[in-house]
Amino acid sequence: MLSQFKELRRIVNRIDVDNSNLATLKISLLGDSSTQFLSVALKGVALERGFKLDLFEADYNQIERQVEDPNSDLYSFNANYTIVFFSTHKLLQKYNLLADEQRNNLADESINYIQMMCKTIPGKIILFNYPEIEDTVFGSYANKVTTSFTYQVRKLNFNLMNICLQNSNLFICDTASLQNKFGRNWMFDGSKYVNTEMVLSIDSLPFISSRLMDIICAAEGKFKKCIIIDLDNTIWGGIVGDDGWEKVQIGHNLGIGKAFTEFQHWIKKLKQRGIIIAVCSKNDEDKAKEPFIKNPEMVLTLDDIAVFIANWENKADNIQVIKNILNISYDSMVFIDDNPFERNIVRENIPDITVPELPEDPGDYLEYLYSLNLFETVSFSSLDNDRTKQYKVEAERVVFQKKFTKESDFLKSLDMVSTVSGFDSYNIPRVAQLSQRSNQFNLRTIRYSETEIAAIENNDNYKTLAFTLSDKFGENGLICIVILRTISNETIFVDSWIMSCRVLKRGMEIFALNTIADYAIKNGYNHIIGEYIPTQKNGIVANLYIDLGFKKINNSIPPQFELDLNGFIPKESYIKSHFI
Amino acid sequence: MEEKKIIEELQNIFRDVFDNNDIFINSNTVAEDIEEWDSLSHIQLIFEVEKIFHVKFTSREMLSWDNIGEMAETIRNKMNRL
Repeated sequence: MLSQFKELRRIVNRIDVDNSNLATLKISLLGDSSTQFLSVALKGVALERGFKLDLFEADYNQIERQVEDPNSDLYSFNANYTIVFFSTHKLLQKYNLLADEQRNNLADESINYIQMMCKTIPGKIILFNYPEIEDTVFGSYANKVTTSFTYQVRKLNFNLMNICLQNSNLFICDTASLQNKFGRNWMFDGSKYVNTEMVLSIDSLPFISSRLMDIICAAEGKFKKCIIIDLDNTIWGGIVGDDGWEKVQIGHNLGIGKAFTEFQHWIKKLKQRGIIIAVCSKNDEDKAKEPFIKNPEMVLTLDDIAVFIANWENKADNIQVIKNILNISYDSMVFIDDNPFERNIVRENIPDITVPELPEDPGDYLEYLYSLNLFETVSFSSLDNDRTKQYKVEAERVVFQKKFTKESDFLKSLDMVSTVSGFDSYNIPRVAQLSQRSNQFNLRTIRYSETEIAAIENNDNYKTLAFTLSDKFGENGLICIVILRTISNETIFVDSWIMSCRVLKRGMEIFALNTIADYAIKNGYNHIIGEYIPTQKNGIVANLYIDLGFKKINNSIPPQFELDLNGFIPKESYIKSHFI
Repeated sequence: MEEKKIIEELQNIFRDVFDNNDIFINSNTVAEDIEEWDSLSHIQLIFEVEKIFHVKFTSREMLSWDNIGEMAETIRNKMNRL
């Protein structure tokens, strides 16, 4: 449930609450209409999500002024994120003044201007797309007239998607989709607009601010990684324990099965996108699995499920088990259950997890879940589809480990091999994604975009290391990145050291250090300096450098550690290397 | 609804929007009387008033009031028409 505008305003104006421990984000907001209420709503939603905004809001209708003048406030403020809001309303006013032939170029000119902005504005740009205004000057025939406003706006929105592909720093905030969902009359209030130049209704501001913060939070590493689903009356109609695997409602023949089939397709798409699917059901495990194995109408298969828990225990306890297996935080999970009682128990016991208040009618599930926009992201690679498989393989390793009493015997028997390479066009998306997603094994939590990673790879002051890991069970893919920076002839600095949580306790840290030390010694360096920047989530690496034999540098804030490479002896890691 | 009740309800809305329980209004109150009442909060007030009284003001009406009494009269007329 989103807070109303007046709640958000109250949150922003609170003087009694201490926000000094919240992370600060520098944001610029440029608009060609009145943005004052939007900035209040945005600040409020940011505070609700744990961020304090240091906001530069340009004066009314100053987009061109700010963007085209290199000495403007926009450039000196130098925000991490610049929100640019060209309104459809102002675009229509511009269109109205154009002669007929000129109207043909409206979309192209807008695109050209936006492309120019992508090259000059620093940081990430979040651009609103254009909710349609159907002026009905041509009726539906507008679809057949290239100079109609409808034709130009649709062309513009379509081409915006294309330029996003070319500009990795450009992100679209899809207000056009919001208007589709909630309606034009919801988004635009004519009488208030006439008096205030506000083209967005007050009712729409919390939703628009929420979509903006969804993007910003994703870029800051706060996003959903896992969806936990109940089974009975959630992904099929009826109760499998009573009805049997043949009679649960799915598919187009039985009862309301259609609703559940379509819901399963949505979950399947999430899995293909890299979201981990887990099952948490109150059932006997063998009965719960039967439809997956035997019912031909099922869309989801057991291969789609990374962790399958069906028993009669408390769901909050089961979710804790899921969390421990997957090694992700509760705030990156979504829990879907048709039973309000179960939902409340989970909400009360696990406040950080997101529990949508599913509507009573399964026919309404999807549109409701769509409206929550749960799975915003700022990266996607075709390798994401393998994520579930990798978590399943991990579950197998956990079972295998139980056979060994000595950890070193277990590690030796895994036959681990790591491929070490630099960053290249193949792995750059995954490298950037790792820097954006990883919160726990992350020494300095610096988030890099693909463009920034490519620049580092080409910069001679840096040495880049990308590590994959495979073992007798399978591939883990790229699981560790190290970025080293030359400080002097004798010293290199560890700018970034990030490891995926999937491979903790395998000896990868030792292997990585050995690789770093080997590179350093071969290139004439005799000191390595590492730094630990504490966050709420990276406590596990607070003592990493000490454990690896570094010495803490006195009075360093944030804490820095130094390793003297004279007399360095690599420790055993049980991982064999393979260099590319 | 009679004027007195409308103004009582408006006072609640003012206190809510301005986050200040020490605000007192009557039919003669004007914008200058209340420190926090500017063009921005004016729109917010109108938005809340529309929601609470289930009415919708036209763009002209929003510009037309000289004091609270006139706002209350517009509200009363709209509510009588419902």
